[in-house]
This record gives sequence, C-alpha cells and structure tokens, in this order.
Amino acid sequence: MKRLLILLSLALLCGLASAKEATPLAEDEAVEKRLVYISDEMRCLVCQNESLSSSHAELAQDLRREIRSLIKQGKSDQEIMDFMVSRYGDFVRYRPPIKASTYLLWFGPFLLLAGAIIALVVYLRRRGGRIEESSEDMLSAEERRKAEDLMKLNESESKQ
Amino acid sequence: MKRFLIPLGLFFVLVGFLAVGLRLDPREVPSPLVDKPAPLFQLQQLDDSGKTFSPKDMLGKVWLLNVWASWCVSCRAEHPLLVSFSKQAGDLPIVGLSYKEVRGDNETDVSKMSPADELRLTRQRATAWLARHGNPYTLSALDMDGRVGIDYGVYGVPETYLIDKAGIIRYKQIGPVTRETLDKIILPKIKELEKS
Repeated sequence: MKRLLILLSLALLCGLASAKEATPLAEDEAVEKRLVYISDEMRCLVCQNESLSSSHAELAQDLRREIRSLIKQGKSDQEIMDFMVSRYGDFVRYRPPIKASTYLLWFGPFLLLAGAIIALVVYLRRRGGRIEESSEDMLSAEERRKAEDLMKLNESESKQ
Repeated sequence: MKRFLIPLGLFFVLVGFLAVGLRLDPREVPSPLVDKPAPLFQLQQLDDSGKTFSPKDMLGKVWLLNVWASWCVSCRAEHPLLVSFSKQAGDLPIVGLSYKEVRGDNETDVSKMSPADELRLTRQRATAWLARHGNPYTLSALDMDGRVGIDYGVYGVPETYLIDKAGIIRYKQIGPVTRETLDKIILPKIKELEKS
C-alpha cells in the first residue's frame, strides 16, 4: 500500500514536471525505442542544432507524436523518413543523402586530404633534393678545419 | 614576396566563402513542396461554425495561404502589409490558416480542456485578434492541433504559400512577407500564374 502511494505521488510529480507535454507518456516501450532511434536521425527545424529526439520545441513534440502514430500504423523506418523528407526536405536529415548536389559535402574532405598529401610529398621531395645538393659543400675548407678543431678540443676536455 | 602570394590567395578564398556564408539565412530551409500539389485537408472555418474549407474549393483560382496565430509576434509585424495588400489585390483570395491558436501559445494546457472548449477559445482569440488588427482573409481555416501544418512543412509561423489554379504550390515564403518580397517575387508570380 505504502509503495503504491509512493509510486502514485511520483507519477503525479512526473505529471507536474511535464505538464506541457500533450502526448501521453510512454505506454509501449518498443514504440518509444524506435521513436528515439528514428528521431535521433532527424534535425529539429526550430532549434536547428538539436536532434528531434532531444528538442523541447513545440514543433518537435508535435513531430514526435506524428512519428509515434506512424510507428503504430506499422510504417517502416524508411517510410517514416520519407514522410518527413517530403514535408521538410533533406534538411531534416542529419545524414544528407548522397546525390549530385551533396557530392562536394561528402567527398570534399577526402579531396582536401588528397591535396594535402600530394603537397606534402612534393615538398618533402624538393627539400630532400636540396639537402643532398648542398650537403657536400655546406662548409668551406676553413670552416671544416675549425669544426674539427672544436671537436678535438671537446674530446680532450672530456678525457680530463 | 612570391612565397606570400599563395597564403594570401588562400586567405581571400576563405574570406569569400565566409562572406557568402554570412549572407545565407540558415532559417530558410528550401521547401520540397514547391511545384508539388498543395496537401489536401478539410478544416472548420473561423467565422461560420457549419462550414469547412478544403484547398479543393480553390481550384481554378490563384490564391495565397497564410499561416498565422494571434500569439505569433512576426505575424503581427506582417499583418498590416497583408491588410493593405488584400485591399489592393482585388479578388485574389487570401486564405488564413489559424495555426495552433490555443496550443501554440505556450501557456494554455489543452490536455485539461475539452475539444469544444478549445474550439471556442480558438474562435474567440482569433476573431478578437482579427477585429483588432484588421482581417485580410477571405476566410480562415482552423488548424487547432497543427496536423495540417505538418503536411505543409510549417516550422515557423508566419509562412505563406502561393498556390496556382491547378492547386500546385508555386512559392513558399518562410517568415513574414515583406514589401520587398511582395513586390519583387510574389506579385510578378501571381501575374504570371493568372495568365496561364
């Protein structure tokens, strides 16, 4: 009995906290799971950097209710996605489809990477060539002699 | 000197991209509904409790569908323009879609309200608002739960649709209609559509 009372008061509290929510709370866990799964893939159009599943915007709640009823009608994920895209456009998807207008979006980063690798290889090759070229006469005879003296000096110092 | 030219060039390319990016409005999502048939619906009208409205009733006419609500601030900004346009436009019908008049105001809890009460409150608020700010609409249809709004891809009120004689959406304005968009885009399109 006590438990029931606690449960009831908790339920009431929950009811208060989400008083704005017009939709009934989760009655079917499988439906809710699919709802979260699908709406995670969608953008809330009001606050555009939030997913539909996490947004508190009024429209997001309406759309979640809509998706919930589509799930209950037995629509597939693809059909639900098509339903949303036909109304709000590809923008509603977090993963834009691969088509002519989005090639640059999908493959641009790889192009940049390839460009950077080519530039790096060219640069390294050129530099390698320069070092080889100049390594032989990098020091004049005079400088070489001085350097050897220094090395000898260093050696004798470390022996002491 | 020459070695600075490449970074300088890259810099200007970047500035170019950013300049273009700044001018784009992220709120303007291209609607997939343009050039598609206007979704059908059947909704009660604001003024006459017996009558319903369906886009089918408008076949053979070029018309505007304007989504509005009394709680919507931008609608109020747009409204005087619509009122004056409705006077100058002559017989071009402007149909209002009263969108979630009660549910959308962020204050009223509809779950504690009977459908009849919601309908009465919707009528009361919408009529009062139109009486106060002027009524540019040939008629207004009541989309109380926003279900029709979803079919039209409404995500921010006000939105305005230009629909041709065959019932095809030809243009969608997201956000308030301005003098500029009215004169430069909507009016020329109306003229063109009325000829066909």
